[in-house]
Amino acid sequence: MRFMIQVRATTTTEAGEMPDDDTLMRRMDAYHADLVKAGVLLDAAGLKPSATGWRLEYRGGRCRVVDGPFAETKELIAGYTLIQVRDRDEAMEWARRFPAPMGEGADATLEVRQLYEAEDFPLDAPAGCAAQSSSSTRR
Amino acid sequence: MTQAATHRAIEAVWRIESAKVIAHVARIVRDVGLAEELAQDALVSALEHWGDDGVPNNPGAWLMTAAKNRALDRLRQDALHARKREEHGIELDALQSHVVPDFVDALAEASEDDIGDDLLRLVFTACHPVLSTDARVALTLRLVGGLATDEIARAFLVPEATMAQRIVRAKRTLTEARVPFEVPRADALAPRLASVLEVIYLVFNEGYSATAGDDWMRPALCAEALRLGRIVAELMPAESEVLGLVALMEIQASRTAARTDAQGRPVLLMDQDRSRWDPLLIRRGLLALERAGALGGARGPYALQAALAACHARARQADQTDWVQIVALYDALAQVMPSPVVELNRAVAVGMAFGPEAGLELVDALAETPALAQYHWLPSVRGDLLAKLGRRDEARAEFERAAGMTRNARERELLLARSLGLANR
Repeated sequence: MRFMIQVRATTTTEAGEMPDDDTLMRRMDAYHADLVKAGVLLDAAGLKPSATGWRLEYRGGRCRVVDGPFAETKELIAGYTLIQVRDRDEAMEWARRFPAPMGEGADATLEVRQLYEAEDFPLDAPAGCAAQSSSSTRR
Repeated sequence: MTQAATHRAIEAVWRIESAKVIAHVARIVRDVGLAEELAQDALVSALEHWGDDGVPNNPGAWLMTAAKNRALDRLRQDALHARKREEHGIELDALQSHVVPDFVDALAEASEDDIGDDLLRLVFTACHPVLSTDARVALTLRLVGGLATDEIARAFLVPEATMAQRIVRAKRTLTEARVPFEVPRADALAPRLASVLEVIYLVFNEGYSATAGDDWMRPALCAEALRLGRIVAELMPAESEVLGLVALMEIQASRTAARTDAQGRPVLLMDQDRSRWDPLLIRRGLLALERAGALGGARGPYALQAALAACHARARQADQTDWVQIVALYDALAQVMPSPVVELNRAVAVGMAFGPEAGLELVDALAETPALAQYHWLPSVRGDLLAKLGRRDEARAEFERAAGMTRNARERELLLARSLGLANR
């Protein structure tokens, strides 16, 4: 099963700056190297500030493009690490080992979410519609 | 943390760390069975300590230290016993100095910090050719994969007691055969690595196409094999065939969601909905294949099989498949890994590239091959080619023959359905 460890944005990441901790990158690299050695890392990336992104907002049947930056910093994602593990407890243990993402002593939030897998969809629904059709296809 | 949560956390730590701990201890005591026992002693002590104090910040290092201390205690005791026996006039030779190395050497080795090498030694020992294939698979999943005996038993559809015995016997065999705890060197490496890769691919295939029973696929075994493959690829970055195997498994696993229909029936490669293939796994597979090629390993048996899988992965629609390229790859595969099964697959590719008549000619030439006498894929392929040539009655007979030969219930259904489809037309 797969889990995504998400790093939530802060004012620092939204400013496009690195956290003020020069050992952080080294610890991040070491952590991800451990994931690779354990055969559990699938993918990982950092995201640029929301100022470089945009949203498509669907309202009343119409679609509108809204450019970043977005205000609700704590709800934004600044990076993710996708892992494949055997159960939830392993995901928990790996998440626990994630370095404090904004550096030692700095406030930060990680959020871990499980991915839908093929076996979650016994019915013939296209994989891309997973989220939308989940309520109707899962019994 | 509640006690139950702590327990689950400790178990997760164990699954993540056990292989490294067992490997490191095995280098000290030179016996994987004993190493596993000592590592488990460390786990028991972790359960006692962490239950009260919570899981420490670096649980892997804690387990490692606890297990290492037990190993050194064990060696100290053995050395003490040896001295006592010597005092009583018993020959030191009888103590099998190859099993219990010099205490000072062991201390020196234990302080070396090269866990990766230890893990690799463990992989090669668990896959040692002195063991039967079944035993290699069981021991690898147990010692390297960190799976519990009942999990392995369930995956391979045997009673737990049978699997437990298989594992005990395997460990005893390694001890009795005095298998050294090492990574083979020079000329010995290639055949031993082939054994490791074979074990990993066996686990994958056991999950990918269950040979018996009603389960078409056991995803957990596929995931486990992938994990093992990725681990060995990291440990041996210069070995192109490891990357070839990883590439092959990643690309095959990318089709998981498309391989069965809503009723759980198998869907053949050419009929699969390719939008359901996992693009991330395909990307990882193509990357691993590229790395294998960069190491000069494009012609290795696993790399060639991965290249075949990649041909399908690259085709956005089934009718865009580069069959001529696939025929060329099968030609190369037949050179390095001659086998009637490869010839049969090559015949399928020839049928797609140059027409069913050309394919049928090759299949008919294989009809008398003894190795294929029980292989349901032969009549199934023949049926397919005959159907394309409009020879429906002959095609039906072949599909029915194939259905009678497969042990997989779902596959049988599929073959009978094809036969029926031809009758109704």
